[in-house]
Order: sequence, then C-alpha cells, then structure tokens
Amino acid sequence: MGSIPTTVKHCLSYEQLFEDYPWLRRWLQEEKEIVPTGVKIQLIDMLSATGLSVVEATSFVSSKWVPQMADHTQVLQGIQRAPLTQYPVLTPNMQGFQDAVAAGATEVAVFGSASETFSRQNINCSIDESMLRFQEVINAAKERQIPVRGYVSCALGCPHEGRIEPSKVAEVAKRLYEMGCYEISLGDTIGVGTPGSMFKMLQMVKKDVPIDALAVHCHDTYGQALPNILTALQMGVSVVDSAVAGLGGCPYAPGSTGNVSTEDVLYMLHGMGIQTNVDLNKVIEAGDFICNALGRRTNSKVGQAKSGTL
Amino acid sequence: MRAAGIKASQALPETVKIVEVGPRDGLQNEKVVVPTEAKINLINMLSESGLTVIEATSFVSPKWVPQMGDQVEVMKGIKKKPGVSYPVLTPNLRGFQAAVKAGASEVAIFGAASELFSKKNINCSVEESLQRFDEVMKAAKEAAVPVRGYVSCVVGCPYEGKVAPEKVAHVAKRLYSMGCYEISLGDTIGVGTPGSMTEMLEAVSREVPVSALAVHCHDTYGQALANILVALQMGISVVDSSVAGLGGCPYAQGASGNVATEDVVYMLHGLGIKTGVDLLKLMDAGSFICRALNRKTNSKVAQAACKL
Repeated sequence: MGSIPTTVKHCLSYEQLFEDYPWLRRWLQEEKEIVPTGVKIQLIDMLSATGLSVVEATSFVSSKWVPQMADHTQVLQGIQRAPLTQYPVLTPNMQGFQDAVAAGATEVAVFGSASETFSRQNINCSIDESMLRFQEVINAAKERQIPVRGYVSCALGCPHEGRIEPSKVAEVAKRLYEMGCYEISLGDTIGVGTPGSMFKMLQMVKKDVPIDALAVHCHDTYGQALPNILTALQMGVSVVDSAVAGLGGCPYAPGSTGNVSTEDVLYMLHGMGIQTNVDLNKVIEAGDFICNALGRRTNSKVGQAKSGTL
Repeated sequence: MRAAGIKASQALPETVKIVEVGPRDGLQNEKVVVPTEAKINLINMLSESGLTVIEATSFVSPKWVPQMGDQVEVMKGIKKKPGVSYPVLTPNLRGFQAAVKAGASEVAIFGAASELFSKKNINCSVEESLQRFDEVMKAAKEAAVPVRGYVSCVVGCPYEGKVAPEKVAHVAKRLYSMGCYEISLGDTIGVGTPGSMTEMLEAVSREVPVSALAVHCHDTYGQALANILVALQMGISVVDSSVAGLGGCPYAQGASGNVATEDVVYMLHGLGIKTGVDLLKLMDAGSFICRALNRKTNSKVAQAACKL
C-alpha cells in the first residue's frame, strides 16, 4: 500500500458544472443566468494567482448544448496564463479539439464513462463508440504534442445503473491510458461512493494504470468526498480534482451539492502536512468573488467558517 | 504526517456504536426553543431507528440554557426502549440529583483540554472543574449510575489555538481514573484534520484504552467524516453525532457544528461496518425535527436523498 504523498498536484475544475451533456443542458435551462465572460476570466486569473498548477478553463462543446460555454474562445484568449500553470479544456470530439487548438489550448481532456447507460443517455453513444471518438482526438493531440487527460465518470455508481463494477472502471481507465491519456481522473459522478467502495475501485484500477497516473474527482453529494479523498491518498493517489467554493450542484439531486470544494480539500491536505503550494486564503478570496458574482453562498465549509469567525 | 502511515486497508471495527447527541448537544445550540412534545417525539423516533445511545437532555439550570428548561418533563415523557441508554448531562451534584429523581440511569460530565476555555466558560481551571465532579462521581458510584466523560477542545481552542495532545491525554486520563466508563474526545470548533486527530489520538490512547474512547467531531471546516475515518483506523468504535447535523458552532456564526448522524451512518455502512441503525428511519427523525425548527437539514445524505 502506498504511503501518502508529500505533495499533491491540485487540479481545479470549476467548469465541470458546464459539461457537454444533454441533461445538463436541460438543467442549465433552469439555471439563472449566464456568467459574463469578464467574470470567468477574472475568476481564472485569481485562481492562477493562488499557486494552483492546473486550472480547467473552459469546454469546447457546441454552444447549442451548453450556452454557458459559448464564450470558450474569448475565455481562453482572455486569461493571463501563469507560467507554471496548465489550462486544460474539454474537447468532446474533433471539432471541439480543432476549435480549442485554434484558440490556443495547450492541454485537452476527454470524458469517458464506466456506465454504458450513462454514456448512451448523455453523449448518445456506447462506451466503445466514445472511445473511437477519443482516439481521433488523442491522435490529433499527439501530433501537436498536446497532452490529453482522460476522465472516467460513474466510477463509484451510476444514476441509471446503480452499482458499477470496479473491473469496468479499470477497463475504461486502462483503455484511455493505453490510448495515450497521461492521467486518468476517476469521477464519483453522483457522490454515492464511500471509503469502502473507493478502496475496492482503486484496488482494481491500479492493477492496470500506474497509481501516479490516477486522480480522484469526488463529489460531495452525500458528504463523503473528503473521507473518499483521504482513502485515495492513503492508497498513493496524489492528484485531486475539486472546485472552488464547491461550485456545481448535482443534476441528479437538485439542490444538493456536487463538486467537493477546493478550500475544504486544501484545509485537510495542509492539516496532514501535505504540500500543495496553494495559498488557501487566496482560494477563499476567489471563492468569495465568484459567489458574489453568482449571487449565492459558498458550498465550502471552510469558506463559511472563515466568514463567520468571531 | 502520521496519517500517512495508516493504510487504507487497516482493519476497521466490525461494529460502531453511535452516540446520538441531537436532542441535547444539537438542540442546545439551536436558536429556536423547541416545544417539549417535539423533543419527546424526536427522542422516540430516534429510539425506533436502532440507535442504542441517545443523549436526552441536560440538567443544567434553565437560567443558563432555556432550551433545556423542560429537562424533567422530557426525561419522564420519553418512551424508553429496552436496550437503549438515555444519558443526560449533569454539570454538578444538584443536577445529578435532579437527573436521578427524574429517572436518569446514565449521566455525563464535561472537562476541557484548554485552560482558557475552561476559565471563559465555567469560570475555573480544568483541575478545579474536575474536582467539582468528584462529588458527582461519588454519588453516581453509590447509585450504580454509569458516567460518561467529555473532553472539549481536543484539537483546538477558540482562545488558545492549538491544544497540546499531552494535555488532552492528561484530562482524559483523569476522567477515566475518576470512574468514567467512556471518554468522548470533542473537536469543539471543528478545526481538526486527519493530521491533528491522529496525533491527539496517539497521545490519548497511551493513557486510556482505545475501547473506552469515542470521538465527537464537529464539521465546521468540513473535516468531520475524514477525522472519524482515521479514528476508526486507529481502533475507535464509538462515534458521537447529531441527527440532521443539529447544533451550529457558537464560535463561527452561520457555520455548522455537529456532524450529521445520517452522513456518518452512510459512511459506516459503506465501509461494511454494522451500526444497527435504520438510515431511513433516522432520516425521518431528521425531517421531523427540521420541520419543528423550521430549518433545512445539515445532513448531505438527507439533502440528496429527499430530492431523488
């Protein structure tokens, strides 16, 4: 069993809330308003100044599906890129990839699923078909020496299928890794995982993908994200996805939380003596900024506590 | 970095006892004063959910804690389920006597690991506070009433900041030697992390057997479940929590306090650990008390489950 790493590379993906999925489009149609481009750019610039080494900036999906991402080119071209920070963008297909490259992207991400039903419901194709699409993108990315990150959703449960076998997660992760993704982010899409299921899933996946190429993307819908992340760390995982202020709810449980908040993750990591090179106070400031802009309260407990401390 | 040494595959307890503190610790820290009948109903619903320990009320002076003013009526009004214990807080001998008269068969006393916290809250040093409990311990022994001991500020104090693990161990040992059968270690302001939690538990478990220890984690900084997980990995098998996460933090306005029992049970069951608790019935109790308090639940499980 690996020991907890001394450093954790932090990947921030506040834009996960704006994924290329039809259900999300329906949900967004109920959402209040489109965040102005200037606000998105400012948020990313503030996050860059915190020391984060990876900030997922936007998504090159069709604006027909995800209006919130219509300004992907302006965002990517408008941000002030910190020298040591990467700004990956989502590219669901070749069209998206080409647009991303034209806009100056230097890292991209593709999104697979460990659940057949979830894949069909959301991107209208089977897992196998989605892999063919991604292979195209990965090949094109290889030619341009653009690194590709792979996501596997429903790693600990699916809203349609329920339980997902760890072997299936391992199979999809392995395919993405062998196709050329440098890192595989395993996502607990509906937040149902616990340290028990996280342990079993990672045991299986790390047989096929090296542990230092794995990341966890935990949702906090059932409050389990931090113990799940802790379990992953204890097993040697050293890359954690999270979202500032815990932005991004759960489309399967409206009103519930989704992404775990970066502030809470950092608080835990720093408390354990793990280096992240990230300034927690600056992340809290970025969280305050975007929450004011969105007119909502932070989902981060650290953010809530700090603002209320006497 | 001690938490680094603990393996994810560490054998965990097969069973965990949950000490439900919602009706006392939870309600005590809620602004809205709940009618006696609602408190009784809550405790009865919790009794039906499979919980084996439910902290029912507190025999403090109602002058200080109006929410606990109906302590006698609550104690006499609840349907005590066989096999379930209903401990009550007894800050002094008078409270103990009133508790026993009202039918209490288990009590709890409190010590702090921080001198400043003790001074600010009960106007005496830690040692003085423990001496005050001597007479409660004596009376409890004579009446064959078990006593649970709480230690507050085990990983941090709102006044002193960091608290030395040795101090926590010292206070825990004192309470245990005085006769408390179990010592609940409380992260009063929720600042603990798996790092500080591990350090503290190592120090305490050198002085008090692990089987006599419990953790009482606050979720003010979102760390409670992670802290509970490392405690389990270190052999602790008693966890305090509050239905619906009742009870905010008096030191961070608007912030949460107690960890929600529903979220703890969800994690424990996901780990294959038995609790005896029926999560659905527990959630019913949580919905009930939130309606009575006219507030949203603090439990993420309850928030998620009711929307599906």
